[in-house]
Amino acid sequence: MTAILALIRKDLILFVNDRRALILTVLMPIVLGAFFGYIFGGSGAKEVGKVDIAVVMLDDSNVAKKIATALKSETTFNVVELGVDEARLKVLKGKLSAAVVIPAGFGTASVKGLFGAGPKPEISLFYDPSQTAVLQMTKGLLTQHVMEIVTSEMTNGPAGQEFVSESLDKLEAVASKHPEQKPLREMLASLKAFQTDNLATANKAPSATTPAGSAKGFTLPFTTKEEAMTSGPAKYNGYAHSFAGMSVQFILFMGIDAGISILLARRLGLWNRLLAAPISLSNLLAARALSCALIAFGLLCVIFSVAALVFGVRITGNLFGFLGVGVCFAIMTASFGLLIAAFGKTPEAARSMATFATLIMVMLGGAWVPSFIFPQWMQTATLFVPTRWAVDGFDAMTWRGQGMDVAAECMAVQIGFALLFGSLALWKFGAEAKRA
Amino acid sequence: MSEIILSVNQISKSFAERRAVDGVSFQIKRGQTLGLIGPNGAGKSTTVSMICGLLRADSGEVLIDGQRVGQGNSAVKQKIGLVPQDLAIYEELSARENLKLFGALYGLKSAKLKTRCDEVLALVNLEDRAADKPSTFSGGMKRRLNIAAGLLHDPQLLILDEPTVGVDPQSRNAIFDSLEVLKRQGRTLIYTSHYMEEVERLADQVVIIDHGKVIADQPPAMLYRQLPAQAALTVDLSGEPTHELLAILKLCSGVKSVHATGAKLDIALGQTEDGLGVLQTLSAQGYAPMHYETAKANLEDIFLTLTGRSLRD
Repeated sequence: MTAILALIRKDLILFVNDRRALILTVLMPIVLGAFFGYIFGGSGAKEVGKVDIAVVMLDDSNVAKKIATALKSETTFNVVELGVDEARLKVLKGKLSAAVVIPAGFGTASVKGLFGAGPKPEISLFYDPSQTAVLQMTKGLLTQHVMEIVTSEMTNGPAGQEFVSESLDKLEAVASKHPEQKPLREMLASLKAFQTDNLATANKAPSATTPAGSAKGFTLPFTTKEEAMTSGPAKYNGYAHSFAGMSVQFILFMGIDAGISILLARRLGLWNRLLAAPISLSNLLAARALSCALIAFGLLCVIFSVAALVFGVRITGNLFGFLGVGVCFAIMTASFGLLIAAFGKTPEAARSMATFATLIMVMLGGAWVPSFIFPQWMQTATLFVPTRWAVDGFDAMTWRGQGMDVAAECMAVQIGFALLFGSLALWKFGAEAKRA
Repeated sequence: MSEIILSVNQISKSFAERRAVDGVSFQIKRGQTLGLIGPNGAGKSTTVSMICGLLRADSGEVLIDGQRVGQGNSAVKQKIGLVPQDLAIYEELSARENLKLFGALYGLKSAKLKTRCDEVLALVNLEDRAADKPSTFSGGMKRRLNIAAGLLHDPQLLILDEPTVGVDPQSRNAIFDSLEVLKRQGRTLIYTSHYMEEVERLADQVVIIDHGKVIADQPPAMLYRQLPAQAALTVDLSGEPTHELLAILKLCSGVKSVHATGAKLDIALGQTEDGLGVLQTLSAQGYAPMHYETAKANLEDIFLTLTGRSLRD
């Protein structure tokens, strides 16, 4: 026991003595966690950035003007009016996310198009292919406003009145030949009466709150009430996820260093000197794994303390669950380090391979971006990546406010991976010792 | 307690197709210093690794105090102190922290550990640098700390594997001073080196290994007796010697052979003192030596005699 404690103490002193590495190991996850947390919404109190789009007005009708005004009133958009060529160029260069081109004659054509009485006008949408989400958002809001404004124009506007009168005249002229069109004629006649009535009301009370032609058209038949789903009292905090992700990444890097230190000790003859002492190989490996796990857990505590004190990250779930997930992740990190030491040929080659593997693991584990944006097959596949369970576990215990049952699942999977990695490493070390 | 502390019996070790150690046997008595010499790649370090239990012998056995050495035999490991050829110390731990670590590995703790650290630091003259990191040390100081780490637990058998590699002459002397103190204390040492003068200075018994086999295992004095000449005299004359002079010199007392290369004479002698008679004969024959020097035979000459090639070839 004295020997194992001495070896652990040695590793801790070496880690703390390496000030440059220590600062980087602590500082980097904090800096990157703060950056990604800010990008992904911060603590929820900050204003979300607006999307820059352009409106190209090739039509000077009321309908077109109202659509432009409606888009400009959207809080998510920052809208400028530009010519078509300038708009195209700015989207091409990435200066704008999208541009909406309202074609000439849109006001009249859109009203006719509503009843299928003519060709439907085409609104061109220029968009940055790297921002397809913006395209979907623009299409959605544009559809909402166009439907509302065009149907309003149909019931109250001059274009609608003109279209209804023209249509009625045409139907009346062929009424005797087409008696089956009677219901249509009656519907249009009712609509015309509605339009006339609206116009008269507006003329009688010019100061009324609803002027002529400004009555509402069709609107969405529902409203939404957003409710962020967290179990605890705190709101979603983007820093909670980013700090979890960056902690996992940089602590795994520390695990790589722990593995590499064994390879370096072998190269420098230190490993043989340690093995020449009355201590078994398994005890030597256990000491290295324990020191690595202690350092990993210590780092995790420091990083999350900063996240809590500076960025308002709170453990809204089970505190013991959070600590449990942390301990299991630290153990998994230590076994990962042993795996690198066991299968690495040289420190240099092992570092390259392990860094690559770690980056893949943290990427698939959702440490950089949340795993829910992955395709479904990838979300399923990443259940076999240990980092996914670490990140999900920290998310569950911080902003999702989950209980011990969720933590226990994440802990169990991580311990499973730790056993797998540790067993493989011990098997390889044992095989080498037998060959020596 | 047996007089023999280490018994190496017919150990062999192969790596792939190469036989690194081939049936090596030797023994050491308590308090003896054994010099294990041989050229690079002869099998010295492999032999040492098998003695320490770091490598498993393909055949044969190593006994320390009658106990078989094997991986995991902690009781045997406790009796051995290893000073590896590599600088096996942590550069970023202080000298004292290094010693505390290695002492703890051998079960030392508390006051006993502190006392032993102080003692070995004093032995290798590093008391003043105990709190400093080896990364700030000279090569010689690191070597001394490397030795100190092997001594902490007061081992019955100290194995030094080329402990002076890459060290300047001054540091080498400092290391030897420490080793001579250990020798005077009656410790049992195994000293491997390919520096013959080092082994000559320390060893009571010399084992010469070549191509994985023991080619000699005797005290130095016995080894020297195998040499045809114990000393050499080199003389530079002002002109080439005559055949007559060479014939006269061969008749001088103690002269084993005489070779002339131009104006230079190489004369093999039974003893260094025999050179005086040769110089007097030269003077009597009217030859005034411009320069001369004598040299005692050394282990290098023994190796040359035994193998027909130089130790550092």
